[in-house]
Amino acid sequence: MSHAPQPLGAPVVRREGREKVTGTARYAAEHNAPDRLYGWIVPATVTSGRVTAIRTADALAVPDVHTVLTHENAPSLGETDDPILAVLQNARIPHRGWPVALVVAETLEAARAGAEALHVDYETADHDVVLTADHPRLYTPEEANGGFPAVRERGDAEAALAAAPVTIDATYTMGGLHNHPMEPHASTARWTEGHLTVHDSSQGSTTVRDTLSKAFGLDGSQITVLSRHVGGGFGSKGTPRPQVVLAAMASRHTGRPVQVVVHRRHMAALVGHRAPTVQRVRLGADRNGVLRAVSHEVATHTSRVKEFVEQAAVPARVMYASPHSRTAHRVAALDVPSPSWMRAPGEASGMYALESAMDELACALGVDPVELRLRNEPSAEPDSGRPFSSRNLAACLTEGARRFGWHGRDPQPAAREEGPWLLGTGVASATYPVLLSPSAASAHAAQDGSYTVRVNATDIGTGARTVLAQIAAAALGTAQENVTIDIGSSDLPAGSVAGGSSGTASWGTAVHKAATALVRRLGEGGTVPPEGITVTADTEEEAAEESPYARHAFGAHFAEVAVDSLTGEVRVRRLLGVYAAGRILNSRTARSQFIGGMVMGLGMALTEGSTMDPAFGDFTESDLASYHVPSCADVLDIQAHWIDEDDPHLNPMGSKGIGEIGIVGTAAAIGNAVRHATGARLRELPLTPDKLLPYLP
Amino acid sequence: MKPFAYQRPDSVAEAVRMNAERPDARFLGGGTNLVDLMKLGVESPGLLIDVSGLPLDQVTATDEGGLRIGATVRNSDLAAHRAVRDRYPVLSQALLAGASGQLRNAATTGGNLLQRTRCPYFQDTSKPCNKRTPGTGCPAREGVHRDLAVLGHSEDCVATHPSDMAVALAALDATVHLHGPEGERAVPVTELHRLPGDDPGRDTVLRPGELITEVVLPPAPGGSASLYRKARDRASYAFALASVAAVLTVRDGRVQQASLAFGGLAHRPWRARAAEDVLRGAPATEETFARAADAELAAARPLRDNGFKVTLARRLTVGALKELTARAG
Repeated sequence: MSHAPQPLGAPVVRREGREKVTGTARYAAEHNAPDRLYGWIVPATVTSGRVTAIRTADALAVPDVHTVLTHENAPSLGETDDPILAVLQNARIPHRGWPVALVVAETLEAARAGAEALHVDYETADHDVVLTADHPRLYTPEEANGGFPAVRERGDAEAALAAAPVTIDATYTMGGLHNHPMEPHASTARWTEGHLTVHDSSQGSTTVRDTLSKAFGLDGSQITVLSRHVGGGFGSKGTPRPQVVLAAMASRHTGRPVQVVVHRRHMAALVGHRAPTVQRVRLGADRNGVLRAVSHEVATHTSRVKEFVEQAAVPARVMYASPHSRTAHRVAALDVPSPSWMRAPGEASGMYALESAMDELACALGVDPVELRLRNEPSAEPDSGRPFSSRNLAACLTEGARRFGWHGRDPQPAAREEGPWLLGTGVASATYPVLLSPSAASAHAAQDGSYTVRVNATDIGTGARTVLAQIAAAALGTAQENVTIDIGSSDLPAGSVAGGSSGTASWGTAVHKAATALVRRLGEGGTVPPEGITVTADTEEEAAEESPYARHAFGAHFAEVAVDSLTGEVRVRRLLGVYAAGRILNSRTARSQFIGGMVMGLGMALTEGSTMDPAFGDFTESDLASYHVPSCADVLDIQAHWIDEDDPHLNPMGSKGIGEIGIVGTAAAIGNAVRHATGARLRELPLTPDKLLPYLP
Repeated sequence: MKPFAYQRPDSVAEAVRMNAERPDARFLGGGTNLVDLMKLGVESPGLLIDVSGLPLDQVTATDEGGLRIGATVRNSDLAAHRAVRDRYPVLSQALLAGASGQLRNAATTGGNLLQRTRCPYFQDTSKPCNKRTPGTGCPAREGVHRDLAVLGHSEDCVATHPSDMAVALAALDATVHLHGPEGERAVPVTELHRLPGDDPGRDTVLRPGELITEVVLPPAPGGSASLYRKARDRASYAFALASVAAVLTVRDGRVQQASLAFGGLAHRPWRARAAEDVLRGAPATEETFARAADAELAAARPLRDNGFKVTLARRLTVGALKELTARAG
């Protein structure tokens, strides 16, 4: 083991890549104990009301059905911080799809057949599931997701808008969106001599352990939660989901291992969604395009179970200089499934609206949209007045324009044809905050010169093991091949959730700290004893520290679209992103994350549509045949580039998060390009052919 | 999924006999639709008779110069078949516009014709549906119906037939050959699928126990050109919002022969005979094509949220006919 150390940033290949492509990497539903039982979640088939009776005889008569758990016989749970986890505790139905029973059987098929044979009687109540801009139940909450104040005002936006020579007043609408990771939410739980072991498809198994500990009244040391491999999450696995509680309940009840996989058709009701939004953006500017006022007002929905407010107006507090500003959220609690995190909550929906409005302003003024953004670069964070630790939006826009061939673009809409295609280009900015959560890690030196680093990080497909090995190796002054990385178990030093684009920064800071301390210990002299030397570190202090700087990643997206003049079908011919996200730690896996985010943004712009059924209160598109994530044929030429930043105010690696920013401006860039191609300014996503048809030649 | 029996017969006669003995039997082809519906509880057969191994997997020439397509020929194989690509491009294009590569590798010719609607209410057993459970009502009429029918629907059902292949076969005047307990018969593909009327549970005119054994294409009209155009929500693996299969012969600037069918608009592949009547003998101009489309689509009765399909079908028709005319050039 004597490879030369590689600098951070090298395109190191994923450590578990071979296991994954050969099928030997095991996921949460693939830990097959011989006596395993299968649980099938039975969803409520009414939208509001309560269960009046559950008759289980027919279900129990299905061969191989073992048990039916309902609110009448399920274990009582202790505290569940997240009320979506309080399943089978009472008869109340807060939304269609809420679990009313778990059928447990020797085979998956028997469990499913048992679920079909279960008779549930309901008392129904009226329901209200459709968000409108003027819904009577809209109220202003205290906070939006992320702990941001719901309302922020600087100056007098109304007066400044009234006085501005040029104004834009536009409302943008999006339905719900669904995370739909390839691996559905799944858990396999077993109790052995008072110890609960769970394989859970989660973005953070330390959190899952802590949650189960409270819910089942156990000490944390009595629970092990393993998330060795996770097939995507996009935020929907960032918090524990009902299947892990149900699997643990059923395992305790039956005394056998129980596996519960959330069926694809049940996911929309049980694992969160990006809440629909109606966003009114008003911009006031002088004739040179310098902003005088920004107003961004968001209406969204939450469930009756909990308050979750998509923080879509928050990015407007970061983006552009303006002396007057109002950013506000209102929310209505409806009889709908609970919304939650979906890749870049707040930024993805909010920047769609803000960056579309900026394009409208550019069109109204006759100013190039790249130039308009450059004219409104702030010297400090507009909302807080704090200096930026680094802000290279201007460089992203300039570099992106150069790479894309933006210069000399004719701003005239609907002026380029190529056979049946109408061609257009568009641009949008992106931003995402730098977050850091406390984590712990240990670093171990063995006598043979190798190292082992332990941290409960989660690899949700991003390459966490690989980048942590690089960070550790750089701190240890060794080759990454000399470092074993142990992640994905709650028995390891506590790690934060793989979410908020904060995983690498949070775990990496702890790993760096432990590795640096280990180097110091080794430097004190003496030989490594047979049992090796282990050093641990945690970053409570670093994470609690309030930075004097505003810290955000920035980016610019450029899109070229071709709109079929006959059908209104939109194809994205080129999508190019340039990002300024601190130091890129692994160019190979980073590119994958940027591109993945951009593809998801393409879906948000063009194909992903979810319809709340007013009569039944569920999302209509409940499988991957009808909920249209982009197919390979939708993704043609896609490129991600970055600008290296040397920002000393971040963390020891100098990195910002990269998992989410790729989605942030993509939908606006595509929408702006569609407007350039066709002249049609559409303000409701997704841009499907039916919406384009009225505007075609 | 409820337990079921499974049999693999060696001959068509045996398959038909097995079926006749079990009213709860279903023939199984590629399983790309039936198995999904079994998992969803929409279908619950007691016996699956797997016909995919029957010797019906050949594409052969007929004496008349047409093609005989065995019912178990896979969609991928049919799309790639030399004679289909050369003489019936509309069929190859329609097949390739459907589903995904993986599904086309599994799906059979007979099974494709008999796939069931993807109406979301039909697929969800917790909701009413007249097609699935007669007399329970049709929530799609007032509910979510953007993707559903604009032509030929009834008070009881607004479902669409999802197949692309069947639309091309309708335009090509294909004939479906059936074996049943009472013997053999042939049905034009345009008459295979029904309109829903007050009996939407029946998708087709198949009699109990009848098995599709082959589909026969007549010779392609001399001098004709054909194509399939489909509009959809994403570039691949999406059902048609609307589609058109067109076969056109133009001579000296006039339409000599035209055959048109729509997909995604109705409970069956919609052969557009009113449009064909306008086209036949008329000058091959955009004006004629628009008039033809309007003649057919005058019968459309769009629902609250799917009127765009009428516009889309009109545009697809005019575009397809213009393109074919330009080729005849």
